[in-house]
Amino acid sequence: MPDDDESPETRDRDWEGVRLHVVTGKGGTGKTTVACALALALAKGGHRVLVMEVEGRQGIAQLFDTTALPYAERQVAVASGGGEVWALAVDPEEALLEYLELFYKMRRAGSALRRIGAIEFATTIAPGMRDVLLTGKAMEATKRTRDGKPVYDAVVLDAPPTGRITKFLNVNTEVAGLAKVGPIKSHADSVMAIIKSPQTAVHLVSILEQMPVQETVEGVRDLRAAGIPVGALIINMDRGTALSPTQLKAALKDSLPRDAIARSLEEAGLAHDTKTLTAMVEELADVGHDHNVRARLENVERQALAQLDRPTYTLPMLPDGTDLSGLYELADSLCAQGAA
Amino acid sequence: MTSATPLDIDQLLKDPAIHIVVCCGSGGVGKTTTAAALGVRAAELGRRAVVLTIDPARRLAQSLGLTELDNEPRLVTDVVSESSGGSLSAMMLDMKRTFDEIVEGHSDPKRTETILANPFYQALSTSFAGTQEYMAMEKLGQLHARLGQDHDWDLIVVDTPPSRSALDFLDAPRRLGSFLDGRLMRLLAAPARAGGRLSMRVVNAGFGIFSGVLTRILGATVLRDIQGFVGSFDALFGDFRLRAEATYNLLQSDETAFLVVATPESDALREASYFVERLERDQMPLAGLVLNRVQPAASIDLTAEAAIASAQRLETRGRTHALTAALLRLHAERVRLRDRQRHLSERFTAAHRDVPVVAVAALAQDVHDLESLREIGASLHASDDLVS
Repeated sequence: MPDDDESPETRDRDWEGVRLHVVTGKGGTGKTTVACALALALAKGGHRVLVMEVEGRQGIAQLFDTTALPYAERQVAVASGGGEVWALAVDPEEALLEYLELFYKMRRAGSALRRIGAIEFATTIAPGMRDVLLTGKAMEATKRTRDGKPVYDAVVLDAPPTGRITKFLNVNTEVAGLAKVGPIKSHADSVMAIIKSPQTAVHLVSILEQMPVQETVEGVRDLRAAGIPVGALIINMDRGTALSPTQLKAALKDSLPRDAIARSLEEAGLAHDTKTLTAMVEELADVGHDHNVRARLENVERQALAQLDRPTYTLPMLPDGTDLSGLYELADSLCAQGAA
Repeated sequence: MTSATPLDIDQLLKDPAIHIVVCCGSGGVGKTTTAAALGVRAAELGRRAVVLTIDPARRLAQSLGLTELDNEPRLVTDVVSESSGGSLSAMMLDMKRTFDEIVEGHSDPKRTETILANPFYQALSTSFAGTQEYMAMEKLGQLHARLGQDHDWDLIVVDTPPSRSALDFLDAPRRLGSFLDGRLMRLLAAPARAGGRLSMRVVNAGFGIFSGVLTRILGATVLRDIQGFVGSFDALFGDFRLRAEATYNLLQSDETAFLVVATPESDALREASYFVERLERDQMPLAGLVLNRVQPAASIDLTAEAAIASAQRLETRGRTHALTAALLRLHAERVRLRDRQRHLSERFTAAHRDVPVVAVAALAQDVHDLESLREIGASLHASDDLVS
């Protein structure tokens, strides 16, 4: 299928060289949606991309309109030019058994460990273990090769929320609380080496409201302090501005020209009697006022994000919520803005 | 159309038999704000309320006079006049300090010192996924024990940790309790209690493989730390389990009411459904659903389609009509948003007919002062029309 856009080779892409895309955001900002849209965008032009979730919510399956994901990689979507999106829901217990198999050839010991509660201990209670298993799985998928070539061109990780992201990714610090030396510590170190390398970028999703933006600002600060590469900022569910700056100003002062609105409504054939007309004018003035209060607050938040000095993409609010076609729409928008 | 039973928050808050209100829901739905607004409203209704918050946004915390984790409720001034009989206190959970206090309260100074200095304990008390949930419940238990004592409280409003999974919050106490009291811990503790005949049998059966595996994965130092911790923590285990069970039973009792908080979006409502089902399965007393950020209905009867058609017509007729056209488009957006939200809430109600619902209108800005908390608290009572 021919690609409508420029070919991926000539397109100006902001994340050339990045193979592990970590997507985070405050709860309610739509980070899973953005992660899936980014995976689709990266897959365009014939790439194979894996999108992973780690919190057991099956959010990816919902978005791609498919049944719950098992702990096995499965293709969930196609992108133009022969691109493929694969998905995986990582289960920490399975990841631990896999890790035992891979590094110690001890899979059979796994069931004995499960019986006495050691697997549950390691994945839910031992500090830091769970996170190192999850990030370790992301690293394994990123580095995996077949016939000398990477299996995936990129891996997108739908990560825990902004408030926890630095701790989640900073696995060697976390594990250091548990193990100063030893095999788990070396494993954490090798995961950390990838996370801090230019192969990784952590993208932060926000909406233009005070609390999510505040968390984004703090998240960027923490990531930078930990030496983890900050990628893009993604403003999600942007409602745009339907009014011109002058109209905005007028709306806020509550001096929208009611006479003019009334004349326009008559012109449009909407006013059947005076009472309806008055009610309509008042409603529209109110709509304009609310819109403007919001636009002004959003502007403050937009500026706060701009000060972080990172590439910023804006994704529109989809009027009917996110479904599969909406996801492709968001992916196109990310491509057009240079994200992929 | 399915319409939900309205949830009467004032009646709930006024009910003297209710001593605990738990707010739960997924992240980003305004759970903490709701808990704070409930506290303010309860104080206005004459209750002596204390709000236990877990991880509040900074400005919300400031509006309650909280500037740091202090682990002890502080009175919020200027909420109600003293003569009204009501009051509001608030606190932010300090997870590590709560854990330390349990240790201090249950062992002698020397053992306390050993435990607090153990590296494994330090990791467990600061970063164990689940410690936060457990300590929140522990703190709730502590506050509850002080109910009714002079100058204290008669209502505790609890904000739950932002667990992504609905199950964590209810499972955490039992999980930690059973873990601390379980077979694995006995295995780990066995070498420390050298000599116990029963322990030695267990050691022979499983400890060989087990310690071999742990040593290979974690290294010998870690294993020693864990064993040291388990050895000195031994006496507290049974107690932990009992407390976890006591809190669980308290949550099931008649003096508790659960409120599930959501926004009218598909993800948040899906999570809300999980919560409702889980609470029902565990026989927890569910009072209803608080639906935040609801778009109110327009005051005029103009469909989105008609508004857009008119906007298009006006846009072809010159710039003088541009403003009205833009406003009509905004109106259409609002109507669509409202319709989508209604559709989603009706879907929830269809599946959970007996769950009462109260809606809170979307505010143009974030909540960060007592005045807006007061408004939300009042609107919890007065906005039945939003969901009908």
